[in-house]
Formats: sequence, structure tokens, C-alpha cells
Amino acid sequence: MSSIKVELKQCEIDKIKEICQSFNNEPGELINVLHKAQGHFGYLPAEVQEEIALELKISVAKVYGVVTFYSFFTMLPKGLHPISICTGTACYVRGAEKVLDEFKRILNIQVGDTTKDGRFSLSCLRCVGACGLAPVVMIGEKVYGRVSPDGVKDILNEYS
Amino acid sequence: MHLLVCGGTGCKSSASDTIVENLKAELEHNSLEDDVQVIMTGCFGFCEQGPVVKVMPDNTFYVRVTPGDVKELVAEHIIKGRKVRRLLYENPETKEPVSDSKHMGFYRKQIRVALRNCGFINPENIDEYIARDGYSALAKALGELSPQQAIDIIKKSGLRGRGGGGFPTGIKWELTSKFEADQKYVVCNADEGDPGAFMDRSVLEGDPHSVIEAMAICGYCIGASKGLVYIRAEYPLAIERLKIAIKQAQEYGLLGLDILGSKFSFDISLRYGAGAFVCGEETALIHSMEGHRGEPTVKPPFPAESGYMKKPTVVNNVETYANVPVIFNKGADWFASIGTEKSKGTKVFALAGKINNVGLIEVPMGTSLKEVIFEIGGGIKNNKEFKAVQTGGPSGGCLTSKHLDTPIDYDNLIASGSMMGSGGMIVMDEDDCMVAMARYYLDFTVDESCGKCSPCRIGTMRLKEILDKIIKGDGTMEDIDRLRNLSSVIKDSSLCGLGQTAPNPVLSTLDNFMNEYLAHVKDKKCPAGRCKSLMIYKVIPENCVGCTACARNCPVNAISGERKQTHFIDTSICIKCGACIERCKFNAIVIN
Ligand SMILES: Cc1cc2nc3c(=O)[nH]c(=O)nc-3n(C[C@H](O)[C@H](O)[C@H](O)COP(=O)(O)O)c2cc1C
Ligand code: FES
Repeated sequence: MSSIKVELKQCEIDKIKEICQSFNNEPGELINVLHKAQGHFGYLPAEVQEEIALELKISVAKVYGVVTFYSFFTMLPKGLHPISICTGTACYVRGAEKVLDEFKRILNIQVGDTTKDGRFSLSCLRCVGACGLAPVVMIGEKVYGRVSPDGVKDILNEYS
Repeated sequence: MHLLVCGGTGCKSSASDTIVENLKAELEHNSLEDDVQVIMTGCFGFCEQGPVVKVMPDNTFYVRVTPGDVKELVAEHIIKGRKVRRLLYENPETKEPVSDSKHMGFYRKQIRVALRNCGFINPENIDEYIARDGYSALAKALGELSPQQAIDIIKKSGLRGRGGGGFPTGIKWELTSKFEADQKYVVCNADEGDPGAFMDRSVLEGDPHSVIEAMAICGYCIGASKGLVYIRAEYPLAIERLKIAIKQAQEYGLLGLDILGSKFSFDISLRYGAGAFVCGEETALIHSMEGHRGEPTVKPPFPAESGYMKKPTVVNNVETYANVPVIFNKGADWFASIGTEKSKGTKVFALAGKINNVGLIEVPMGTSLKEVIFEIGGGIKNNKEFKAVQTGGPSGGCLTSKHLDTPIDYDNLIASGSMMGSGGMIVMDEDDCMVAMARYYLDFTVDESCGKCSPCRIGTMRLKEILDKIIKGDGTMEDIDRLRNLSSVIKDSSLCGLGQTAPNPVLSTLDNFMNEYLAHVKDKKCPAGRCKSLMIYKVIPENCVGCTACARNCPVNAISGERKQTHFIDTSICIKCGACIERCKFNAIVIN
């Protein structure tokens, strides 16, 4: 997993401390801490992980191991409008792949990447539980149902 | 009068929130807000026809409602008492509007036990749950039954785990109750990793209190005072409703210290998953709850002996819990009277894929696949031919037309080469390539294999590579043998259920659709026309007028030809993007 270098400001370090403290610096709460930290920073760069390891008194390797194990956690910042294409089975049989290809084509990025201007990032997820609307695409919190490759452009236009 | 609006994830994505707002505003505008109550409920199940609005008490079921329909709905139905015909469900055969859900093919064969409250109550209001016998099972257990007597009721009901394995729930509770420990735990598995399944989510969104009540009963039975729900972070709405429900139960003294004046104390907290399928496996789930990587460990010891924090732990699925309170309220005999000899009660399925009525259904065990797909599901979309139905998700297999009369229960599905799984049911039609389907699932398991044991980590990758080769048209007959051999090795030697079941999609498609594999390997053709590498784009000379539209739009310049002359596609350059077919106005390009 590649990563980028960041320098944490004092207030950011304080924020991490605060998050860890809200879970009593309990090593068993690592995953909850990471959820909160990602919610705050948007992603989990190495520097944030080091700080968390320090606070919870566990090794950085342990934190890194957990971060990389779960697909929900990311070490790269997402775009302003993160796009997630559902590739669950229901969406797959109703043509999610073609929709994904169209997003890739228009945005000219691969899954896991962010556009150069930082506006869109592309990822896949497995089933958002709206299989009745397959194929489903999520942009931020908004769910788009019954998306066809032809409709991709219109969806993206909503964000320009 | 009540207006029930579906607030499940599917309908919420189609603006059911706005429908509720508009309804409230419109009622207020007509000064009806005191007479008509608008309630957002859990999933009605009929997701295909969502958003659904139900008018009570006359039971009118409006489908595909949009925020723009609200004005008419209030003016006609509420004020003038006339049904809005265009918003009623249309019987696909007779084309007659149907207003009562009882008369719809989709609902007729269903029996709602686990989903009894979904779509009836406001999940964010504990009083509505209590009004439907909520928490009376807990009161009965605490007030009248010893833990062993309560366990005996569950044992007698024949309830088996709905998370996939089908282990008898009563026996699991009894085993856990026998181990002595200073602390025990009740865990609810709400990880629901099967892609394309949304049963557990719908229960938690539509009726969270039933799970809370059942967990408390379980705690009483095994002697645990702490409960944990492990829920996917991808389910924000379910998390929200569960949090509200827990808080309300605490305020009502139904969770916390000395519940209902007894000496029994119990409380529930939440743990979040972070997107790892293997965490649905109970030992992996426990490690994940402890803050580690969610890697499974060898059983025994089973969680019943050494689970969360090395203490005796019961892990049950959401739907399993949702069944528990009814068993106490209506009796073990009532429950055992539903279903087949070895599988009692009902099962919730998430019906999806190429089927007319996508949705959440609950049927008695023993219902045949035919009834589910053709009567409840309304048959295949666009009048296509039914090909297969996949049950059990990435661990399951494909069943075909020859299995249509098989009564669905744990043992029959395993005998047919699939499994119950948690309840995902994906229907496929003639356009789906079964080799590509097997590859799809392998892609999933390769992604989700935690990597701890080599048969699963390396073996599934090799399986996928062989399938890729076949899909590209480079497969040989030896590859098919290799698929079989490798599959049996992975099955026998993997550490946990993920690896042990990962080859099932391959094996079941080999068993049922060998002809498709042969077509890919020998004839280099994909009968369903889905595998790109095996497609060949060709110009039909008789139809081509030489308009050059295809050549101009080909991104790789694979098409040549003069104006007004027949064009030609160079297949060695063609990337099969389909741009030419889209542009051709004369149907002069075909895929072979
Ligand atoms: C790879 C794998 C994934 C699983 N995923 C789930 C799941 O998502 N939800 C679930 O309830 N059980 C899942 N299980 C089954 C659990 O291990 C466990 O048997 C179940 O939670 C027990 O509850 P039950 O007896 O009520 O079914 C999974 C098992 C395996 C091997
Ligand atoms: S498979 Fe896409 S929403 Fe369920």
C-alpha cells in the first residue's frame, strides 16, 4: 500500500490523543479508534498510525497490520466526491462492470485512484444493501440506482 | 389513519425521506396532521416496486411513489377516500390493479416470522414494538422460567442458526451455559458479508428491538451480562437505528441493571466491522472485536468455551435472534409446526439478480425453488430463460432447472451441491456466463482470503488464474481437471470455512454447466456472449452501406474501408469496445 508523507500539526496530534482517550487508550479499541480517526482525517497516513500506536502503547506494526487488513481503512486521501461502484453479486449480474468501465473511461483513472484535480476518487464495494436498485453507485452518501453506462455522464455532471 | 412509508435502504435511496416530508407538509396544509399519522417503517420487502407507501387501516399498497405524487395521494385517498389507481400495483398477468398486498403473488406464499414487524412499526419507537408483544418474551423468561427451562424451549422449537451453518441454537446456548466463568458474552453477528444479501440489514433497520430482546434472553440463559453487536460500518442506517433502540431499551429498564425487577443485568454495546468478509466467521469476528486483524483460528476450542476475551461466548446471527422472541410468545410447538422435519421455521432470502420481483422474502422451510422464483419472484426479467440460481454466496453453488422442485432446507441444499448460506439468492438468466460467474466469486475469495493459510491464499489465486485462462480462450482440457483437483485440495486443507467453501462455485458450475466450460475450452466460444476475449466483431457486407461512421468512431483504428464500400474490421487490432455497433445505423456489425 503506497502512502504519502504528511506532517502533523500540534492540533492534529491533540485530536488523535483526544480520540484515543475517548476509548480510554484501550488497545482492544484499536478498530474503533481507527474508525474515528479516519472519520476525522479522511484517511490514515503513516504519521497518524504512529501517533495512535504511541497513545495505545502498541507497536506501529500492529496498527499498520490492522489498517491494511480491513478494506474500509485507507492510507490515501479520497477525492472530494468519492465514487463507489457496487460490485456485489446482484449488481454484477445486472451489469456493474460496464458501469465501472464507463467511470474509468470518463475519469481516466483506475480503481483506487483519485483524479489529478482531487475531485473524484474511484473504488468498488460489495453490496450496499439496495440490490433492488442494481446496479448501484454511491457518490459520497448519495445512492444512485439502476445506473446504466449511458447515465454515467449525467451523474458526473451533477458534480461539476 | 396511518401512512406507512418504507424507510429501508432501497426505498430511502429513491427519496422516501422526501416523500415523508412532503406527506407531512401536505397533511398539515390540509389541517389533517392530527388525524393522519405518517410513520417511517422498516423494509416492506418488495424493493422492486419501491418506494412503497401503505395506507392503514384499509391496507392500500401504493408502489413506486415519487415525492411528486404526494399531493394527489392526499387529495384523493385521504380527503376524498378514492384510491389512486395509477399508483397501485398491477397484476402482471391480468393487468388489473391490486390494492391489498395479501392478493399479490409476491406476498401470498410468504409467512413472516423473523420479519413480523418489518414494515409495520416505526423502528425508532420502542412503544410500537411493545404494542406488538415486544419484550413480553423477556418478561416471561425472567419472571417464569429458569435459564434451563428457557433453553429447553429453544431446543424444542428446533431453531437452527440462520448465519449459514445451521447449528441448533438451543444446543449452542446449553453448551455455553455449562462452562463456568466470571464473565460470559452474547455476540450478534451482523457482519453480513455475502455480497448481494441484505436480510440482516433489513431486520436491524426494521425491527432492532427484536434482536436486543433476544440477546437479553440469551444472556439470561447462559449467564452473561454483556452483549456485543458486531456490525458492518457500511450499514450506517442500521447502526443508527440500533443505537436508538439500545438507548430506548435502557431508558425503559429493559437493558441495564436488574432488568424488570429481577436480579438479571444485561447491556449491549456495538463493535464495527471494517470491510472484511472473513470477519463473518465467528473466530475471526471475535479477534476483530478484540481489536486485532480478523484472522480465524482453529476450532476447537469453540467460542462456547473460549470466545471473546477467552470467555465463553455465544455467537448468533441477526435473523436467528429475530426468531427467538416469537418462539417464547407463540410457543415452541407452533414454531416447530412450520417447516420441514429437520429445518424448522422460516428463512428470509434476499432475492436479486435477473428476477422480476427483487426484494426481501420470508418463506417456510421446505418451499420449493420454483415457488420462490416463479411465484413470489414473478419469474425472470424480460421473459428470458431461467438458467441458474446461486445460493449461499461465495461459499455456495449454483442450482439449475433440475433443482427447481427441491424443497429449500439446510440439508437439501447441501445435497444439491450448494448451501443455505445466510440467505442471498441471485437469479441468473441465459445471458449470464457460468464460467464468468465462477470467476466472479473466485475474484471475491481471492480478495477476501485473509492469507493466514496457504491452501486458501495461494490455491484460490491459482483457481482464478485457470478460470481467467479459460475465459480468455486459452484453456485446455487439462485445466478443467486441474480445477477439480485443486478444488478438492483447497476444500480439505483450508483452515476456516472461507477456504473450505471457496471452491464451491467452481465445483457446482463444473457439475451443472460442463457444456459451457467445454464451449470455452474446445470451441473458444462463450455461449452467453459475455466473455469479451471470445467475441469477434464482424461486418455483414449485405448491410454495410459504407457510411464510415464505425471507422470514424473506432478508438484504435481497427476498421478500414472506402466511402460507400463495405468496411472491414481487423480483429487483431479490435479491442471489442462495442463503439462501432453503437454507431452503426444499419445493423451491419455483429458479434460472433
Ligand atoms: C467465511 C465465513 C463467513 C461468514 N459470514 C457470516 C456472516 O456474514 N453472518 C453470519 O451471521 N454468519 C456468518 N458466518 C457463520 C459464522 O461463523 C457463525 O457460524 C454464525 O454467526 C453463527 O450464528 P448462527 O448459529 O446463528 O448461524 C460465516 C462463516 C464463514 C466461514
Ligand atoms: S449487490 Fe449491489 S447493492 Fe447489493
